[in-house]
Amino acid sequence: MLKPADLDAIRAIIARAKRWDLFFSLLGILSLMVGVLTFTVLFVDMAIQGVPRLSFDFFTSFPSRRAENAGILSAWVGTILVMLVTALSAVPLGVAAGVYLEEYAPKNWMTDIIEINISNLAGIPSIVYGLLALGLFVYYFGFGQSILSAGLTLALLILPVIIVATREAIRAIPQSIHEGSYACGATTWQTVSDHILPYSSAGILTGVIIGMARAIGETAPIITIGALTFIAFLPTAPFAGDPPAGLFDWIFAPFTVMPIQMFNWTSRPEAAFTVNAAAAGFVLVFMTLAMNGLAIYVRYRLRKNIKW
Amino acid sequence: MIASASIPSQPMPIGSGISDRLSKKASRHVKERIIEGLLFSAAAFSVFVTIAIVYVLVKESWVFFQTVPLSDFLFDTQWTPLFDDAHYGIMVLLSGTLTSSGVALLVAIPLGTIIAIYLSEFAGFKVREIAKPFLELLGGVPTIVYGYFALTFLTPILQKIYPDLPGFNLLSAGLVMGIMIIPYVASLSEDAMRAVPMSLREGSYAMGATRLQTALWVVTPAATSGIASAYILGISRAVGETMILAVAAGMQPNLTFDPTEPGATITSYIVQVALGDLPHGSIGYQTIFAAGLTLLLMTLFFNLLGYWLRKRFREVY
Amino acid sequence: MQIQTGVEAGVEGALLKADVRELDFYYGAFHALKRVSMPIYDHRVTALIGPSGCGKSTLLRCFNRMHDLYPGNRYAGGGIVLYPDDTNLLAPGVDPIEVRMRISMVFQKPNPFPKSIYENVAYSLRVRGMRNKSELDDRVESALKGAALWSEVSNRLKELGANLSGGQQQRLCIARALASDPEIILFDEPTSALDPIATASIEELITELKEKVTILIVTHNMQQAARISDFTGYMYLGEMVEFGVTDQIFIKPQKKATEDYITGRFG
Repeated sequence: MLKPADLDAIRAIIARAKRWDLFFSLLGILSLMVGVLTFTVLFVDMAIQGVPRLSFDFFTSFPSRRAENAGILSAWVGTILVMLVTALSAVPLGVAAGVYLEEYAPKNWMTDIIEINISNLAGIPSIVYGLLALGLFVYYFGFGQSILSAGLTLALLILPVIIVATREAIRAIPQSIHEGSYACGATTWQTVSDHILPYSSAGILTGVIIGMARAIGETAPIITIGALTFIAFLPTAPFAGDPPAGLFDWIFAPFTVMPIQMFNWTSRPEAAFTVNAAAAGFVLVFMTLAMNGLAIYVRYRLRKNIKW
Repeated sequence: MIASASIPSQPMPIGSGISDRLSKKASRHVKERIIEGLLFSAAAFSVFVTIAIVYVLVKESWVFFQTVPLSDFLFDTQWTPLFDDAHYGIMVLLSGTLTSSGVALLVAIPLGTIIAIYLSEFAGFKVREIAKPFLELLGGVPTIVYGYFALTFLTPILQKIYPDLPGFNLLSAGLVMGIMIIPYVASLSEDAMRAVPMSLREGSYAMGATRLQTALWVVTPAATSGIASAYILGISRAVGETMILAVAAGMQPNLTFDPTEPGATITSYIVQVALGDLPHGSIGYQTIFAAGLTLLLMTLFFNLLGYWLRKRFREVY
Repeated sequence: MQIQTGVEAGVEGALLKADVRELDFYYGAFHALKRVSMPIYDHRVTALIGPSGCGKSTLLRCFNRMHDLYPGNRYAGGGIVLYPDDTNLLAPGVDPIEVRMRISMVFQKPNPFPKSIYENVAYSLRVRGMRNKSELDDRVESALKGAALWSEVSNRLKELGANLSGGQQQRLCIARALASDPEIILFDEPTSALDPIATASIEELITELKEKVTILIVTHNMQQAARISDFTGYMYLGEMVEFGVTDQIFIKPQKKATEDYITGRFG
């Protein structure tokens, strides 16, 4: 039945198929390397250009027409303040929406619409959010080109990220935990607040950090609302100045943020400003990397610690 | 009869069939309803965001189309809204968007697919555990940084190969944009492939198939709709990408499909206008909403197509 | 283990096709097969029975090296010798792909590929590099006839395999395994996901198939083993408790443990 010649033919076919296997493995590694290498080159190139410029003064100076005096003080302060507004508005809203969709939502057309809508919002380009903010926050609500406008814009942008992360974190909790809680006589909200939210908090946190990391680097929507790029002052601190500022006056202050500052310097022809752009870019990438790294770490810890 | 407890909000008298302890507590019930209502409004808020986006874009575009006929917008071959001799041919911006997206997708789709197949079917656990977060990092780099990279690093290198290449060009921006999109395509495609049940792979391996044969002939066809929706997300990202183009491709409107030329896209045009000082309510101000509406319709089409693909062709294994 | 005295009568000139020799196998640290030995006779049906977790499926999957797909699995000693080549299938130098081309498998749940009926059957031929259309057509037809499916699907070869009924899907998977003329076909509880009528047709098919190939089948249904097999091995806790001619095993087992299992006092 099985002749040695057949076996030889089979072996020849296998050898050929295996060469293709090997070829594809190499292709796969090569493709991964394109990504890895680009990232490395990008990071190293920017570090070589920018790191020598990173002095203490660079962090404590305002932008200037003279490249060597310019710094990122107003940019990093602006970024932190905008992120504060973003986090305070997007996190409660996103988590609440995620909890509703996982724990409360009935299966009906309204829920379907909300679901389709969220997946669609996640795919809308960020610049369109900028146009929304320009029409709505800046002119209709009259917030102007303020920290509030920018923070709310970015909040809308990362809302889908937080909702999706919340839902995934909740879905990872086994059904038996729900049943256990209800069997003790808990209401839906008691189940959510005593079990679901605490157990999913690390997963939600991961999503929040990733969303914030994305928001920190967003440039287009902030340019679209017409944020000024040359800001040589800081928003007034609460109760400072004369007459004393109110607790929340800073949210209506004009501002700049890191990516805008970098864009501003990148679009200048002088080489000295390019160096500034590299330095600002390095700080910016470092910030997003640190946040992403933190998210990966939180997720890793989560996987290690939780055993259902 | 516990079922009757749905009617009363105050305890029924003893003897009517329900004890005090089993009846619903009104206060607890009200609190639950309020919380549910609050959570629902948070979820419904997302719908209002969409409505607001459509409203703002349509409202401003409506005013725009009072001045500029739709036929001019669609068929004019010049885009010079800020000149005295104003032309509003969106085709010009579309050509830039399509050209740069085309270049990006030529990079992102092949590389992203190969990486997905490699990670899902070839790579060991360790490689995957390292590569996945790394891809996420690659996708997390701010696009302004990619723009800087395209302008100051890639373009000079490309100029060594094509000495005629201008400092601003769609090619360099498109290539870097492609790299930026790889993680999206790779990660979603890989998810789709890993969702293919192991029993199908075992069936293939049991016939004596190699990894590549299994990957190409069984896993990839089974994951087609997921992979297609990954591609669509990639296209949608490319069409909506802004900063790489604004920085590296120049912002001159240019009706061309040649990637070695500079060009403006829908997105970079909006940035250009926003950088200037156009008065609220002017025709120039309205152009960016008309351009934005065009962009929204394009991405909406791709998003819905992707959503439909995921739902409609939920694989039958 | 102990070969029954009556086994010689059951062999009746059958040749040895494969021989499991003192096989040890580990899932990570778990010792799943403990010095298992048994013969497989050419053109006969051999059944493996035993309670869940006894290692019968694990043993089956050793025959075409399915364990190589997952990390942490280890063939730790002994082997499976295939005749007439007299080679150990589990030896490190042996290519698992070659083994699988010669020893095919049908799974517990039908797993047709998301392709047409035709392409499902042609798959094992394409894997072997066969491209000639008319040759493929012939082989697909004869495989479908061999699996008693041809009359039901001959006019719908382009339809998806998943559109068939459960029993038809399983026969499609048998046709797929049959198409490339394997020497042994492994069946891993092939009827456990099917209704009684589909089960009967698969059982009938298996008894017909032994004209063409050697069959090794895992089943948790003792009646099934009694109906279709020529030889039966009873496994428990990773060991081969008893192996012999099926009639002997069911009528007059040598071991108390086997008898307890077969009479339903245990298991």
